[in-house]
Amino acid sequence: MLMDVKLGQLTSWLAMRDFTPGGIAGAVRRGYDRYYNKYINVRKGGLGGITMVLAGYVIVSYIWSYDHLKHDRHRKYH
Amino acid sequence: MNLSFFDQFASPQLLGIPLILLSLLFPTLLLPSPGGRWITNRLSTLQLWFLQLITKQLMTPLNKPGHKWALILSSLMVFLLLTNLLGLLPYTFTPTTQLSMNMALAFPLWLATLLTGLRNQPSISLGHLLPEGTPTPLIPALILIETTSLLIRPLALGVRLTANLTAGHLLIQLISTATMALLPIMPTISILTASILLLLTILEVAVAMIQAYVFVLLLSLYLQENI
Repeated sequence: MLMDVKLGQLTSWLAMRDFTPGGIAGAVRRGYDRYYNKYINVRKGGLGGITMVLAGYVIVSYIWSYDHLKHDRHRKYH
Repeated sequence: MNLSFFDQFASPQLLGIPLILLSLLFPTLLLPSPGGRWITNRLSTLQLWFLQLITKQLMTPLNKPGHKWALILSSLMVFLLLTNLLGLLPYTFTPTTQLSMNMALAFPLWLATLLTGLRNQPSISLGHLLPEGTPTPLIPALILIETTSLLIRPLALGVRLTANLTAGHLLIQLISTATMALLPIMPTISILTASILLLLTILEVAVAMIQAYVFVLLLSLYLQENI
């Protein structure tokens, strides 16, 4: 698990990881399952579970459109 | 270089890689499969309740062969609802503002209803072109009018969705630009435009939901005539 790896062992840990498409798909699936079972698939899940996903989507959309948005910063007429 | 207000509708790209596929697939993240449990978590319970509501609404007027369309109509409804509502979040991209996408949804589905009708019950389908009780001299003109109205349906379906969402997004952008521009100059007018913006956002949320519903409802109506 990434949290248990000591800093000096990071490169060797990275070398051990499975970077094939199947491996990456497995990692994505595990990440999704972890988030789902922690915040959504609980007895009294609240609004926070899905709000975090939407907030992440907004932030990712901002990053994707930053190249276009940076022209607006010092523009006089928008 | 003149930045136009239509730049928000440009298909998103990152280093030349089109990102529209990710914007289209994001709603699936918000729809977890319920699993095998009898009592699901709150999100799945809400989604199952909503799905049952719309399926019942759409399928009640349809006869038995029409129930084959339950899956595609309800999934279309959920997809349009989610993409429209997600487009109202800041910086997000709404794929349904692209006419290409809405025509790609409207045209094949409309054509499917038309061909189903023409294949299984051709005389009844063609009979819909002439309403009952028309005076005899009017018949040729009315058949032409009804044919035109039939052929313009996919165009109307696609353009209606595109135009409603595009207009809403444009209005939001214009009024928010006005609010920000007026803030240093006349703060009271800025508060007025800000309240208009709030009302407009509420309207846009409603429009997003209504347009999805109207799209699917009209398709089911065209289906009822033909199946």
